[in-house]
Amino acid sequence: MPRLSQLMIRIALAWLALGYSFGGLVLSTKGVPLLPWLWALRSAHIHILLVGWTVQLAFGVAYWILPRLDAFGNRGNERPVIISALALNSGVMLAVIQSIAASIAALSTLARWLPLATGVLYLVAIGLFVRHAWPRVRPFQINPQP
Amino acid sequence: MYTQARFFIRTALANLLAAFLVGAIVLLNQAFEFDGRLSTLMPVFYHLLMVGWVTQLICGVSLWMFPPFSRERPRGNEQFGWLSYGALNAGLWLRVIFEPLHTWVPDSWYGTMLVPSALLQVFAIWMYVVAIWPRVKGKK
Repeated sequence: MPRLSQLMIRIALAWLALGYSFGGLVLSTKGVPLLPWLWALRSAHIHILLVGWTVQLAFGVAYWILPRLDAFGNRGNERPVIISALALNSGVMLAVIQSIAASIAALSTLARWLPLATGVLYLVAIGLFVRHAWPRVRPFQINPQP
Repeated sequence: MYTQARFFIRTALANLLAAFLVGAIVLLNQAFEFDGRLSTLMPVFYHLLMVGWVTQLICGVSLWMFPPFSRERPRGNEQFGWLSYGALNAGLWLRVIFEPLHTWVPDSWYGTMLVPSALLQVFAIWMYVVAIWPRVKGKK
């Protein structure tokens, strides 16, 4: 497994653990509403698990396992994937901040702008990864040995 | 495919079926308006799909296919995987049963059952992370 995939999969696992912990707090609050403000974590729970965990895990595994570009085992330019991972994780972090800020009256103006920034970061992340993966989605071929 | 992965993947398939049965009930109820209470099954549908199917399938396939822990113990300590499997499904099905009941009868004890459901699911995921973390590695 390449180092970049290891990094993305480990970050995805960290988001998984955090996302389920937030989900557990929200579900407990639904059953026993002792701390109703914990409902604010619901949107963060969804972003963390759908994007931080599921999408990032898929990116990490795809970067590792999709067919290589040549007989040297070349996976193509790593830089767009690194920027994609940075944008994806920044987007998830902003989504978490937004979901908490939206429940605090003093931060409501900030909370209005954060979804826009989150959306732009998600688009950059997805676009760069698709650009990287597209040429690697191809039929099996035997390359001449170098 | 080894036994534990088969358990995860077959249970994930069963949950997929259950999710779409619940989803069908919700959709049929939207069309024919049998009983307004059935619309509260929507969160059950989402969680059967995302926890019972997607997450559990990912757990099963990754425990099966990720790089081996070591030559002697390719999957590391399998107990973490079993704890994760048991807790995830117990927690999920507690939710499937008691979340709609809590919505239909809000003043009953049903709501308190969502706390063990949450604790079991969180525990399950932490156990899965502990099981898979050392197997996220390159060739030595």
